[in-house]
Amino acid sequence: MLAAVLSGFVLAALVPWLQPVLGRRAGWAFAALPAVLTLYFATFLPQIVGGETVWMEYTWVPGLDVNLSFYVDGLSLLFALLISGIGTFVLLYASDYLDGDERQPRFYVHILAFMASMLGLVLSDNLITLFIFWELTSITSYMLIGYDNEDAKARRYALQGLLVTVGGGLALLAGFIMLGIVGDTYTISELLKQGDVIREHEWYVPLTLLILLGAFTKSAQVPFHFWLPRAMAAPTPVSAYLHSATMVKAGVFLLAKLHPALGDTTLWMTLLPLVGAITMFTGAYFAVRSTGIKGVLANSTVMALGTLTMLAGIGTEGAMIAFGAFLLAHSLYKGALFLVAGALDHETGTKDVLKMGGLRHAMPKTAVLAAVSALSLAGIPPLFGFLGKELMLESVLAAPYLSAVLALLALGTAVLVVIVAGIVVIRPFFGERTETPKEPHEAPPGMLAGPAVLGVLSLLFGVFPFIPEGLIGAVASSLAGEQISVSLSLWHGVNLPLVMSLFAIAAGAFLFTRWDQVREAMARYDWLYERGPEAGYFRTLDALVWSADWQTRVLQNGYLRHYITTTVLTTVLLVGYTLATRYDGGFGAGLEVYFYEWIIAGVLIASVLFACVTNSRLGAVASLGVMGFTVALIFILFSAPDLGITQILVETLTVILLVLVLFRLPGFMNFSAPQQRVRDGVVAAVMGVLVTSLLLITIDVQFAEPISAYHLDESVPLAHGRNVVNVILVDYRALDTLGEIFVVALAAIGVYAMVKYRVTGESSPAEKEDNQ
Amino acid sequence: MQPGSLILSTMARLLLPLQLLFSIFMLLRGHDLPGGGFIAGLVASSAFILYLFAFGVPATQQVLRVDARTIAGVGLVIGTLAAVPPIFIGEPFFKALWWYPEIPLIGEVSINTPLIFDVGVYLTVLGSVLAIVVSLAEAEE
Repeated sequence: MLAAVLSGFVLAALVPWLQPVLGRRAGWAFAALPAVLTLYFATFLPQIVGGETVWMEYTWVPGLDVNLSFYVDGLSLLFALLISGIGTFVLLYASDYLDGDERQPRFYVHILAFMASMLGLVLSDNLITLFIFWELTSITSYMLIGYDNEDAKARRYALQGLLVTVGGGLALLAGFIMLGIVGDTYTISELLKQGDVIREHEWYVPLTLLILLGAFTKSAQVPFHFWLPRAMAAPTPVSAYLHSATMVKAGVFLLAKLHPALGDTTLWMTLLPLVGAITMFTGAYFAVRSTGIKGVLANSTVMALGTLTMLAGIGTEGAMIAFGAFLLAHSLYKGALFLVAGALDHETGTKDVLKMGGLRHAMPKTAVLAAVSALSLAGIPPLFGFLGKELMLESVLAAPYLSAVLALLALGTAVLVVIVAGIVVIRPFFGERTETPKEPHEAPPGMLAGPAVLGVLSLLFGVFPFIPEGLIGAVASSLAGEQISVSLSLWHGVNLPLVMSLFAIAAGAFLFTRWDQVREAMARYDWLYERGPEAGYFRTLDALVWSADWQTRVLQNGYLRHYITTTVLTTVLLVGYTLATRYDGGFGAGLEVYFYEWIIAGVLIASVLFACVTNSRLGAVASLGVMGFTVALIFILFSAPDLGITQILVETLTVILLVLVLFRLPGFMNFSAPQQRVRDGVVAAVMGVLVTSLLLITIDVQFAEPISAYHLDESVPLAHGRNVVNVILVDYRALDTLGEIFVVALAAIGVYAMVKYRVTGESSPAEKEDNQ
Repeated sequence: MQPGSLILSTMARLLLPLQLLFSIFMLLRGHDLPGGGFIAGLVASSAFILYLFAFGVPATQQVLRVDARTIAGVGLVIGTLAAVPPIFIGEPFFKALWWYPEIPLIGEVSINTPLIFDVGVYLTVLGSVLAIVVSLAEAEE
């Protein structure tokens, strides 16, 4: 299982070497991996349909309770099959679609990594592991959306998708951690059994809201729906993949996955259906409003995601069955339609539906495949989409809360979806032949394989609904947290859902014939959209940039002395405030001071004062040197000869270095103004008082036995050394010392680089090479 | 930097070998008495710095023979390698190992990974300090 999840990453890493060897047909070779994975996951089918689950674990970070554990139930298996199955076709398809594009290898790297992340996400049984894969899908899809990296728009919308989903991801992480604390485990399958404990906990509402925020942003629910249609900047195979099976469904997947732990509360059963239904209607509305074929499909994905969220929230047995059926139906037809859309775009050179027409003569096979999937989308019998829609309407009518509102929105959506189906099939393939930028002809077989197989499945599952019955039952069981058996049939008598369906088909067909007028009417409300959530997103982004700009100007002004003042004052404020409000112990009580210590202190103070008032740099350096030697004296008095020797040597070298540097500076030209000196003096004094108080407190406060006794006792038996300082440096804490000598060497390289390659001085070696 | 005073140059010539010997003495005794790689490295570098002040950069580089940065690099390598041997006998990284081989005429000596590590520290400190001082002194000339 671990190999199955990680193989995608491994293959992705190997692509740069494999691509040149395999040449143009590389995509076909890479498609073999998801094909094998599909077969592998299919072997789990009998067990899962039989009501069992599979669990396996590999330790990863045992100390933090983070393990690579995998859990296969109906929901995970359906997703895993979709991811690997549709992944196979997407790779085949990309091989033709991106033929000749020099960025193709990079595409394979990203999409394989994305596929592996998605598999990890749906199969993980640990919240933290799931979160890591969740973020990996955000990052890889960012790469995929921004595939055309020279297009500013693609970059901008890729970033938009990333910021929205990753922002939600942060909320999700917080929610996961709270959930882990409440349930006392990060193992998902164990959390799912503790639904009652979690629902009664006082953190239930905040943690649920946080998790929902993560799921809603990922799955583009209103008001975060705007990023998904924008993600259409991605190449079509990516869109097909992102939309049909994967990325955007991750949020819905999570809702379904956590349903047994978080569901069945008033909060869950009102918020989810409401947000879902609004998203569903909004998506359908904008799908009808768009004219770009990918925009139409993307918005209809928003519709589907809303539907799934709504069904996950309703929480009745019927809704769970509808969830499974709708999920499967949508993945099949949406994957196919996107691939068809890509073929249209690829063969005609335009994405605008208004510029297409009568293509059925030039592309007869594509037309048939598009029609099958579009009929499924519209929910017309005997295709599987019809079943999904009927189950959805049925469960909406039976919803425990808000049933009337949901039913109204569902009916409206059903009407709009019929129009959408017309837009994607009738408009481009039928009617009058329109001139297109490229002379259209049939798409290559690699691009038709996906729509063909997916279309046949839509038809097969519709006519023989007992085939997917077991799997859908397993999905519903995962949602419910208990065994549900399902029996599906195409015909279930004349009832309200059927009447609603018939009405939707009739009304939709009628409105489709007047699509131009519908769009005109909708255009009147566009101003509303322009002030919508997306505008808010851009305003937030502008505000962020502005505040970053502002704080850079204030805090990072380029003057070292200002940095020091800022750092010191911040420390004084934070530590001083904490000290004043929290600490109520004594200061260095019982501290004995000998007369020679007073003398040393006197010398220290005198040298500090001299350094402050002197007009000579050399004098200041020398007096700092005096300070250093006095400190060395203190070390020796307190029997730390090692420290004393080191201090003396370092002090000597510091003076030498300072003299070498100071030699190059001009004389004291600008004396600081008196008020500046007073200000700096106050800052220094405050810091000094703070540090002194902290030192005095350390003497008074002792939480644990000092470790020095242990070091003294064990130095000889454990490390064969009597000098404890050296034993600590080279034995007990040798790893720290290793790090430190690397720092020392780095500092030397830094000084060398600064002295050698000053901006105004010599040019760097690289520049020299350029000049030659 | 101007080579100057006769006293300084005579002393520097005499003190260099003495100070280097002293630094090795500090290095070797460090595990039991005050000393160790860090201190010894500083002592050695001050020996070279004194020489530098007396005779200038080119003369010092001649005495050093290798670039100061190379010395630092070799030190890092030795320090890192000292952590490796325990892995081969199944002990954790950086676990100290001690051998006491008998050597004719000298008797029992102690070879141990902490000492090797300390040599690495010594060379790194020496190389780094010299790299800094030499580049500053060169900038001045």
